[in-house]
Amino acid sequence: MSENPTPEIIEPVAPAPKVRAGKISSRHIEHYVAPLAETPLQSVDKVDETAEPLSMWAQAWRSLRIQPLFIISALLIILVILVAVFPGLFAKADPTFCKLDFARQGPSAGHPLGYTFQGCDIYARVIYGAKASVLVGLFTTIAVLIVGGTFGALAGYYGGWLDAVLARITDIFFALPLILGAIIIMQLPAFRENKSIWTVIITLAIFGWPQMARITRGAVIEAKSADYVMASRSLGLSKFKTLVKHVVPNSLAPIIVIATISLGIYIVAEATLSFLGLGLPPSIMSWGNDIANAQISLRNNPAILMWPALALSVTVLSFIMLGDAVRDALDPKSRKG
Amino acid sequence: MRYNRTSKALVLSAALALTLTACGGGGGENPSASSGGDASKVITANSTEPQNGLLPANTNEVGGGRVMDLIFTGLVSYDATGKPVNELAESIETTDAQNYTIKIKAGQKFTNGEPVNAKSFVDAWNFGAAAKNAQLNSYFFESIKGYDKVSAEKSTLDKMEGLKVVDDTTFTVELSRPESDFPLRLGYTAFYPLPEAAFKDPKAFGENPAGNGPYKLAEGGWKHNVELNLVPNADYSGPRTPANGGVTFKIYNSFDAAYTDLQADNLDVLDQIPPSALQNYKTDLGDRWVNQAYAGNATMTIPSYLPEFKGEAGQLRRQAISMSIDRQQIIDNIFFGAKQVAKDFTSPVIDGYSDALPGNEVLTFNADKAKELWAQADKIDPWPADKVFTITSNIDGAGNKEYITAMANQISNTLGIKAELNPIPTFKEMRTLVGEKKLTGASRAGWQADYPSLYNFLGPLYGTGAGSNDGDYSNPAFDQKLADGLAATSVEEGNKIFNESQQILLKDLPVVPLWYQAVQGGWSNNVTDVKFGWNGVPIYNAITGK
Amino acid sequence: MITFTLKRILQLIPVFFGATLLVYFLVFATPGDPIAALSGGKPMSPAVADALRAQYNLDQPFWVQYFLYLKNLVSFDLGQTFSGQQVSDVIARAMPVTARLAVMALAIEAVFGVIFGVFAGLKKGKLFDSTVLVASLLVIAVPTFVLGFVLQFVVGVKLSWAKPTVSSGAPWGDLILPAVVLGLVSLAYVIRLTRTSIIENKSADYVRTATAKGLSRRRVVVVHILRNSLIPVVTFLGADLGSLMGGAIVTEGIFNVPGIGNLLYQAILKGESATVVAVVSVLVLVFVIANLVVDLLYAWLDPRIRLV
Repeated sequence: MSENPTPEIIEPVAPAPKVRAGKISSRHIEHYVAPLAETPLQSVDKVDETAEPLSMWAQAWRSLRIQPLFIISALLIILVILVAVFPGLFAKADPTFCKLDFARQGPSAGHPLGYTFQGCDIYARVIYGAKASVLVGLFTTIAVLIVGGTFGALAGYYGGWLDAVLARITDIFFALPLILGAIIIMQLPAFRENKSIWTVIITLAIFGWPQMARITRGAVIEAKSADYVMASRSLGLSKFKTLVKHVVPNSLAPIIVIATISLGIYIVAEATLSFLGLGLPPSIMSWGNDIANAQISLRNNPAILMWPALALSVTVLSFIMLGDAVRDALDPKSRKG
Repeated sequence: MRYNRTSKALVLSAALALTLTACGGGGGENPSASSGGDASKVITANSTEPQNGLLPANTNEVGGGRVMDLIFTGLVSYDATGKPVNELAESIETTDAQNYTIKIKAGQKFTNGEPVNAKSFVDAWNFGAAAKNAQLNSYFFESIKGYDKVSAEKSTLDKMEGLKVVDDTTFTVELSRPESDFPLRLGYTAFYPLPEAAFKDPKAFGENPAGNGPYKLAEGGWKHNVELNLVPNADYSGPRTPANGGVTFKIYNSFDAAYTDLQADNLDVLDQIPPSALQNYKTDLGDRWVNQAYAGNATMTIPSYLPEFKGEAGQLRRQAISMSIDRQQIIDNIFFGAKQVAKDFTSPVIDGYSDALPGNEVLTFNADKAKELWAQADKIDPWPADKVFTITSNIDGAGNKEYITAMANQISNTLGIKAELNPIPTFKEMRTLVGEKKLTGASRAGWQADYPSLYNFLGPLYGTGAGSNDGDYSNPAFDQKLADGLAATSVEEGNKIFNESQQILLKDLPVVPLWYQAVQGGWSNNVTDVKFGWNGVPIYNAITGK
Repeated sequence: MITFTLKRILQLIPVFFGATLLVYFLVFATPGDPIAALSGGKPMSPAVADALRAQYNLDQPFWVQYFLYLKNLVSFDLGQTFSGQQVSDVIARAMPVTARLAVMALAIEAVFGVIFGVFAGLKKGKLFDSTVLVASLLVIAVPTFVLGFVLQFVVGVKLSWAKPTVSSGAPWGDLILPAVVLGLVSLAYVIRLTRTSIIENKSADYVRTATAKGLSRRRVVVVHILRNSLIPVVTFLGADLGSLMGGAIVTEGIFNVPGIGNLLYQAILKGESATVVAVVSVLVLVFVIANLVVDLLYAWLDPRIRLV
């Protein structure tokens, strides 16, 4: 094992020599089998036959809940959600009270992060901006996962005309400019008068799903040619059940990666739309909006931009870490314990 | 992420017409004589892609305008202070302000060899006015007799009866009514002459024009969306002789990119410092910058069709809103001193301007008075609860969002009502909202003079039914004053009447004047003698290498 | 493989009609009258406005407009911009610049993304892995306009290593900086995708077998782990090429690149259907071809995958 320095490949101590043994099997050596009394079975190998059989997801949860990566990221996410739901608990200042008298001023008592270009309290705006940003990031990701994931999995798994049609639809959607789409969606009668967080989520989801569909399709195509799929089919499991039970769970890694990064990208994309007058109205605060509005201060007061960007980073970081932990937990080969 | 300013849209959105190039140095002074610089250097300057082919009557934005003004010469041009001086005109004479006799200098020619004569002007103006040619500036000829016929829908006529060629160097113009400021307009791009070649194939000509100005387009010089190369025109003999080896206009989609190029000496002249650099450009550029007023202003239109802003209560509300805006504070904090507080509806660059019009205290910030007026209005007709005072603006151009947000905050803080920017994604949507009178609140507006006159700031904007009267304002007393001013016998008398008309506007406030525009420009270490004209455009022909 | 490719190319026909119809309709449905904007807020005589509307068929109902557009298309006439230029000329000028920029950006994100991703994956949880994670976070959270501006200012103005903006003709050298900025956001995706795949695969049986066979570490990583980890990465890159071409508006603005992204953006704002439809059609073509290449690569990367 010395030539493999990666400690992550956690192998039970006992089987390792067997692998060795296989490699040098050409040599003639005498096989020595120690009596059981000398080397008792290690606890790892013991199977508790009285325990209820666990599903893959339950096993994942068992290993997940004790991982430090998971605990830290979960705590961070809970914090972000708390801030989003109860901003009043975290900030006393009124984020909508902006006076040019305070414009671009540094930190002062009660205003720990200073003021924006328009003279609003940066700290209060970062706190109150969490709601819109987290909602947009989270719900767009969920919508994209559902739509893109379903289409991608079906296209990749069944192939044929279904794949062709879905792939060509994604080609068209990919090529559609987001701005053009957003202009159209925003002027639909239903959205025209009440632009809200949900209009932004719908817009971003409509333009975000093709990417997820592509990635899922690729992962499913890769996974469906694996042996366990054939095994499952031979055992008489239906095609669809095989897809849900075996193919999809084994295709999750790239999907998780794209989802967690895209979460951050969607929050930033909301800023782009808002900046172009296609997103949230100015009265709804969001990190993205504040980042976009800080552009004018970039040369002279970069701190105005830094704080909402930092809040965004921490949120994205916690979701990426969560994604990593979930992926690890779902992968039986890298699961510890 | 942010989509950078779209220059064209901004140029349009600022409600600019074509800007006019001032004549360098005024009169016969040759600017190249003023310094011992490198007269062979090719100057690089920022611009935007001209929106249309380079035809005088089809160029109505700065990108094409600044090129046109260098490759063409008209009857008059404006000096750095905005005073008209004769270029090709020998004389412009009238006895009744309705019939003009124009004599032009002999012996001039276009770069394709054709002579510049009376016919070149008459044909060019007829071409520009005729509806069938669909030229954007056609309305500039509306004063000329016969315009109504050539500009009628589906009209196939292309000759106005008011224009007559007398001989090679003389032509006459008959207007449909007396207009004493007609000669003042003749420096505008729409009034340039054209050679025969232009009418044979206008499209090809617009792509590769043959002009009569101090510069000409180099062979294959218009590289679309990249740059435009101008070289000196050896045949030019007017007052604007180039002091450099040519001008290359680099096309920018963002002033930020142009500013960075300027800092790296990769661009010689920049005529607009981007909003993000207004705070620091003076320290960045040392002594290589200018900040100077030009003939333009910014206003906020409150349409007359809004129910809350009608009648007596409406008038009180307009005044209250005007007095709740601390203009100086916005100028200091958003524009970093790059504007000047407005005291009237015109511009201090224009002859006849007054900063002491009776009633202009309504343009001064006064929070207490504003609250009081608002309360009075509420007694007559209460402001609907939860009604948001919106300021509509297209935001596909940079620099509008910031000041409108600041203004909305001030109004909201002073009057205790909700006020907010209503962002419109595209300029075309904004213009359509304005045109169809569907605004639901105030809207951003502004004006840049086509030609230096008080009337140009008043007539087209507030006259009943006028083309750019976005707020649908109408007041017969004001219309009468305008007509009187135009018919006045002297410029002074006319200006006096126009300023009286402004007092009516100060009461009615069809728009809330905000500030006068100023140009902030800069230049590289490689050039010298950079001056800006009355309209904020650099005097390119005078710039020389170091 | 040849029938597979041919089938794909045949599929282009319905895709093309679908895309042009959809895009033409979307531009048609954007609010506002394009002609009203042409006058820039100055007065425009109604006769001139009508003449212009007729010139661009804007006075016709949607189906007539679209039909006329298709009719011209048959004779390879893509229509005119509002400035009177041929759309085909405009695209022919912008496309080479954009193609160079996108290919460079794609190369940057592919090469650096995979290298960083492989090392981060092999050394999961170590300092290098965490550093790469934080760096990619930075790229996600800091908007392009900031990254672009800072790089441009430092490299172009302070150090004078490169021109701050792209000069006439858009030479390759001038495009390096914009390509780096353009590739950065996607770089984060490529790194994370590669890293995750590597982690998945490095404990696979065949890797153990390969290691056990005594193969060199490099060979195990490159041939066995990496090749089997590339499918999600290739999928992502294939879809990204088109996005890099059509969506580089911010980067093109910062570095003044006369490319497709800005052309498309301006055309959308102006409501210039001919340009928008033509550019989107080109982009659809890019996506379809990239997708085809990706599918062919699947079969090469993982021989178990059959092309049907």
